[in-house]
Amino acid sequence: MSTTTTQSGGGTPAGNAPARPGKTGATELVSWKAGIGLSLLAILGTVLFGFMSDSKSAGFGIAEAANEAASSVAALVTFILALLLSVGLGYMWFARRRSGRASGSASVPGWLPPSTVAAVVVLGLAALGVAKVSKITLPSAAIGWIASVILLGLAGYTVYLTQAKKATPRWVGGTFAAVFLIGFMVWIVAGGNGDEPSISLAGLIAGSVTLAVPLVFGSLSGVLCERVGVVNIAIEGQLLLGAFSAAVVATVTHNVYAGLVAAAVAGALVSLVLAVVSIKYLVNQIIVGVVLNVLISGLTSFLFSTLLTADPDGLNKPGRLPPVDIPFLSDIPIIGPILFHQSLVGYLMYIAVIVVYLGLFHTKWGLRVRAVGEHPQAADTVGINVNRTRFWNVLMGGAIAGIGGSFFTLVSVDAFSKDMSGGRGYIALAALIFGRWNPIGAFLAALLFGFADNLQSVITIIGSPVPSQFMAMLPYALTVFAVAGLVGRSRPPAASGIPYVKG
Amino acid sequence: MSESNAPRQENDVAPERPETLDDEVVLDLALDTADGAMAPSVIPATSQGGQIPHAAGGSVFRQIVTGNAMVSVLSVVLAIVLGGILMAVTNPKVAETAGYFFARPGDMLTEVFRPYVALVQGSIFNWAGADTAAQLYPITETLTVSTPLILAGLGVALAFRAGLFNIGAQGQIIFGALFGAYVGFTWHLPFLVHLLLVIVAGFVGGAVWGGVVGLLKARTGAHEVIVTIMLNYIANFLLLFLLTTPAFQRKGSTNPISPFLDQSALFPELLGPQFRLHAGFLLAVLATVFVWWLLKRSTLGFEFRAVGANQSAARTAGINVPRAVILVMAIAGALAGLAGIAQVSGTEKYLSGGVAASIGFDAITVALLGRSTPWGTFFAGLLFGAFRAGGVAMQAETQTPIDIVLVIQSLIVLFIAAPPLVRAIFGLNPRKKKKATGGPGSGTMPSGKIESGAATA
Repeated sequence: MSTTTTQSGGGTPAGNAPARPGKTGATELVSWKAGIGLSLLAILGTVLFGFMSDSKSAGFGIAEAANEAASSVAALVTFILALLLSVGLGYMWFARRRSGRASGSASVPGWLPPSTVAAVVVLGLAALGVAKVSKITLPSAAIGWIASVILLGLAGYTVYLTQAKKATPRWVGGTFAAVFLIGFMVWIVAGGNGDEPSISLAGLIAGSVTLAVPLVFGSLSGVLCERVGVVNIAIEGQLLLGAFSAAVVATVTHNVYAGLVAAAVAGALVSLVLAVVSIKYLVNQIIVGVVLNVLISGLTSFLFSTLLTADPDGLNKPGRLPPVDIPFLSDIPIIGPILFHQSLVGYLMYIAVIVVYLGLFHTKWGLRVRAVGEHPQAADTVGINVNRTRFWNVLMGGAIAGIGGSFFTLVSVDAFSKDMSGGRGYIALAALIFGRWNPIGAFLAALLFGFADNLQSVITIIGSPVPSQFMAMLPYALTVFAVAGLVGRSRPPAASGIPYVKG
Repeated sequence: MSESNAPRQENDVAPERPETLDDEVVLDLALDTADGAMAPSVIPATSQGGQIPHAAGGSVFRQIVTGNAMVSVLSVVLAIVLGGILMAVTNPKVAETAGYFFARPGDMLTEVFRPYVALVQGSIFNWAGADTAAQLYPITETLTVSTPLILAGLGVALAFRAGLFNIGAQGQIIFGALFGAYVGFTWHLPFLVHLLLVIVAGFVGGAVWGGVVGLLKARTGAHEVIVTIMLNYIANFLLLFLLTTPAFQRKGSTNPISPFLDQSALFPELLGPQFRLHAGFLLAVLATVFVWWLLKRSTLGFEFRAVGANQSAARTAGINVPRAVILVMAIAGALAGLAGIAQVSGTEKYLSGGVAASIGFDAITVALLGRSTPWGTFFAGLLFGAFRAGGVAMQAETQTPIDIVLVIQSLIVLFIAAPPLVRAIFGLNPRKKKKATGGPGSGTMPSGKIESGAATA
């Protein structure tokens, strides 16, 4: 949990599967890919943020506290805690690094750097809250040029390292991504209409988290399935049937919670078909997934057009899951409204991420699951029932994606409509790959997609130098970059997609 | 089939293999996955050409009853039955007439079958039509709708054969249509030259968008499924953007649509102006022949298939795998690009945001149904074209939503992909017969098997 950082690019999140032997040799590390990719992006950044910068300044609204007194108390407490935490973590990092240097081996645990960065970010946000800053205004040209210089410098450093046949350290990618993001945000906001265009930062990020909810559930479903060796393309279908059943059951029973359960059951039902056909009848899993998506899309659209439109009050009026504030935590400026003003589905998302992460990487069950996904023969040899493990995992993944689907009908909009998942299952799939088959990585990638999605709608409102279609394209282009290996080679579980036949 | 099967019957006695339900499947799978070393091919080993010896053999009759063709037919029947049940359950009139089912069963049966009757009337032959033209209109409509499906389906199928899953037909169609339409309405050339250039432009457009996928896959190892999904979105947004620019938007229109293509850039109508059928269909036939030739008769096609069957083996055999991957994706994209041309130059006559409709995704099911063989894809395209054309008529006639067509189509593909499932549903699994007649593992009673096969058929 402490590893949930805002790091979007270069670094591998903590707890990722251990480094693998084989393909990852020294030759891969000095590949020119990173150097060339970063240089291109740096030049793009310089042209956009530097040469094409606006003379206007960009405003970023911070938060509007609902309750002033509670908010300032919460901000102070958070500030103190974050300060202690970042000092502690920073010292630990420093100490470990020194002892590692002395003994000649790197001994900084993987989770430490991102946690420290996260603590510092929280500290900064809390400081803004304590100082009661309500809006930050940045001169876009100056920030743009500073960002450009840093980007060019980082790219040059990477090229230099590559030429010297040295590996590029992880922080370069992470810093590059962060600086690029800041430069981009300032540039795009400053290009808006009006003399001093501004957006609400808290609103932007809060909306991103909300939009990311179905993506996170979907990608967790994908993680559970792929880690056990079953490719789950049917996420889209699971989300859609989850949304449909949630709407219908919640309407019929007049109980939104029953709808939530029904969504999970529906998702598991889609998974059941996937599991039976691909595990028992050994059909190519990708085929089954694609076909299931079409089937669910057709089925729900058909039932929607016939039954639901004939009787919308009796079948398609589920009501909503209200947002719930967590006492005290939701009063923290900026962070509170972003993280602790969610619906039940939103909180379930946090729980699901944590449970899946801990389950997969810190329990006996997780070890078995990963063994089945990596080397089913070996797992079978030590007595794990490969196909049963796969079956239950796929079912569980379906249930999780189904809950994510309920977001559409119980949280976002309070009625079902045709194809309302709108391809988010496929984005979840991309998030899963972007996040390197790791629950936390997938969570962060989903947040990034949610952010891009929300940014697009916010930018469309204030007007922007970039046509809205290109903003809409952004997450997809980003994914292509990511899978093309700019963020580092990602490797699926070895047995993913291969059915297991004993004997 | 019988000749190649004859020696197998003698072999039947010899191997004592473990008798599980999936026995035969396991054998196929071992062929498909190189004994569990790689993901199964999208084209089952059984349909990649050549005969796969099954110990479960038997008479010619049994082969027919349990063979692939029979499974395909049964899959279609099963899907249609399930679709019919779904329509009957959701149709209030069926419930109404079911109330007096025993008094007048005809009423309910008419209600149940009405959508399918409308489907046939809308896709094959309309016996209620006033004259011959009206009666034949549905079949020409089916051919028209099938054209882009076949072309895009061929693109998906070709990539399948090289072991690549091309979900990107949608984006490739858009790119083909974009290039072709631009040539079609900005250049003004004489008839055949213009049309030819439009076709070439569409070919190139699709090839570019498909080739990018191949390039990324070959050079960086990026998974083609993800890349193609993403490129679909990118192509779609690019199209929407371009349709708002002066270069593409129709003069004096606020809608995001392009000008009409020049008359010289359109496919000629094959049966006169009262039918929509255009020469694009001939292009689809030619493309099918081309893909057949490519796969069966050319060195390049052999390389594609070798890469699809086993990349490592292909590399060892001296095949340039990256080159094959890039080329196959470019050609696959080009075929899908032609589907875009069939749309802008034939059916729609202008470019709009919905030019690709859902053809790119339907193409995947078409290719799967056609088992990724060129002619299989051709006929699968015809079948799905009929469903689509008939579905429109059915929706207008009986108010049954056209979405039912999606359900039936996907069920067909699901069943066809899992032959043992269909055989289990129809009680045709060879294993059960053995348990009923002979002992496990003994193939010594062929006559008994014939009888049981006949009984179930």
